[in-house]
Amino acid sequence: MNISLDGVVKAFGGQRVLDSVNWQACFEHTLALVGPSGGGKSTLMRLLAGLDTPDEGRVLIDGLELPRDENALRAYRCGTGIVFQSFNLFPHLSALENIILPLVHVHGVERVRAREIASSHLERFRLEGQGHKQPALLSGGQRQRVAIARALAHNPKILLLDEPTSALDPEMTSEVLDLIGELRDAGQWIILVTHEMGFARHTADLVAFVDKGGILESAPASEFFASPVKVETRRFLEKILKY
Amino acid sequence: MPNPVDFMAPGFSSISRDFPGFLLDRPSKPASPLAKGLAIIFLVAGYSLFCWLAFSKSIENWESVYEFRITFWNGWINTIGISAAALGLSLLIGIITALARRSPFLPLRYSAAAYVETVRGLPLVVLVLFGFYGVANAVGWQDRLGVGITILSLFSGAYIAEMIRAGIESVSRSQWDSARAIGLGSFQTYRFVIFPQVTRQILPPLAGQFSSIIKDSSLLYIIGIPELTFAANQVNSATYSTFESFVPLGICYLALTLPVSLWTKWIERRMRYET
Ligand SMILES: Nc1ncnc2c1ncn2[C@@H]1O[C@H](COP(=O)(O)OP(=O)(O)OP(=O)(O)O)[C@@H](O)[C@H]1O
Ligand SMILES: [Mg+2]
Repeated sequence: MNISLDGVVKAFGGQRVLDSVNWQACFEHTLALVGPSGGGKSTLMRLLAGLDTPDEGRVLIDGLELPRDENALRAYRCGTGIVFQSFNLFPHLSALENIILPLVHVHGVERVRAREIASSHLERFRLEGQGHKQPALLSGGQRQRVAIARALAHNPKILLLDEPTSALDPEMTSEVLDLIGELRDAGQWIILVTHEMGFARHTADLVAFVDKGGILESAPASEFFASPVKVETRRFLEKILKY
Repeated sequence: MPNPVDFMAPGFSSISRDFPGFLLDRPSKPASPLAKGLAIIFLVAGYSLFCWLAFSKSIENWESVYEFRITFWNGWINTIGISAAALGLSLLIGIITALARRSPFLPLRYSAAAYVETVRGLPLVVLVLFGFYGVANAVGWQDRLGVGITILSLFSGAYIAEMIRAGIESVSRSQWDSARAIGLGSFQTYRFVIFPQVTRQILPPLAGQFSSIIKDSSLLYIIGIPELTFAANQVNSATYSTFESFVPLGICYLALTLPVSLWTKWIERRMRYET
């Protein structure tokens, strides 16, 4: 797929988190965004997800410019699946109901059918028997897997994941990363922000380094980790791979 | 065994005496049913004796008050009806006002804020007098009951609006994001995500507000609505038996507010188990 950013600016109270970013990317399945904390990964992610609009400039996905109008943007979001770091699920609904809600009320699927789809997704993600539980009763890893199931239930073109494992302990992290790997192998388009460099190296087709108001460097995964060009990238990788 | 005093620094020869500790300390174990029962019997007997000594001379007129039982009954029914109607109406006003206070349309937002702040800053009696003799008279609205219920609802609605607003604000940012991310519109977000969570949270204070409405409805007697307090007042003027008229009044209010209060406690307990 193709992503292009054309003079994109996003500022928060004078702080230009994305400062006139021009960037073209073409990758087969998976794009990983990496970079230091506060570098602007989530900000960029929210633009790509259609949750925010840029102050200036345009975002194009597969040649299609993301609209600025909330209603049109909502239509775009219906074709994506989004999972954040945590607190994705609605605490007052069971896991199953969390998945059914958008199917019925956004995608117009009939309730009976929606229930079938939801159950089959829970099963696919090895969550059978957990459907009736509210999120508070699930483990962190299970919660994120339900969140991913919800994001995928309507067969979105793109799955956007913003640090889906950063709130999890190592065991749950690998549980969720395995799942993302499987999705990629099944041909799902994925854009993800991650601090798991090993995972990015194995799974991503393209890795982009986000810092200092822009995308400083992007390259195919093997290249990116083997021979980073920019000093900032090298420093970041050294620091993060030290332990 | 070493004496704890041996470990103390010189000059701190004794622990200061913890006088009210007996009354304030948490009990180390729950009281036994027997102790509870004895305490209650003892207290009831004690307070009864006190009441008897204090009032037995001045109460003899129960018969004449008893003749007015229908008046009490009608007043009580009216109070229940007024309170129920005011609860429904104030809930509606509360929801609309809470939403208006979050509206991007400034005139709406400011009007809602002005309404809430004004009403919460005034005593109910002022609102009742001003609303009835000032506003309702001016526009020629003569239906006392309707005016009374409306005033009570406007009063209570301001408080409920604040509860709902606080409830909405306590739902985390990420819930709104999640709702937008899955493609819900604003109305759907409120309906499926925000309100269910707000409801769970504000049920206990809302039940408390119901209690307040029941008690506050007593003030409507000043504009001549034949509710419970008005009825007791009437009986009092007809029989000249103040005490005998107002004891049933208190009991009738407690008969309404105590169940509501128990219900509130029950809801609170259930909520705690759920989360
Ligand atoms: N809604 C907002 N209001 C104000 N400032 C914001 C907002 N969102 C992000 N920022 C600022 O923008 C900068 C980039 O934030 P962003 O969340 O994009 O970083 P990040 O790369 O995702 O970091 P992390 O790895 O910690 O998640 C930060 O300095 C942050 O303070
Ligand atoms: Mg982030």
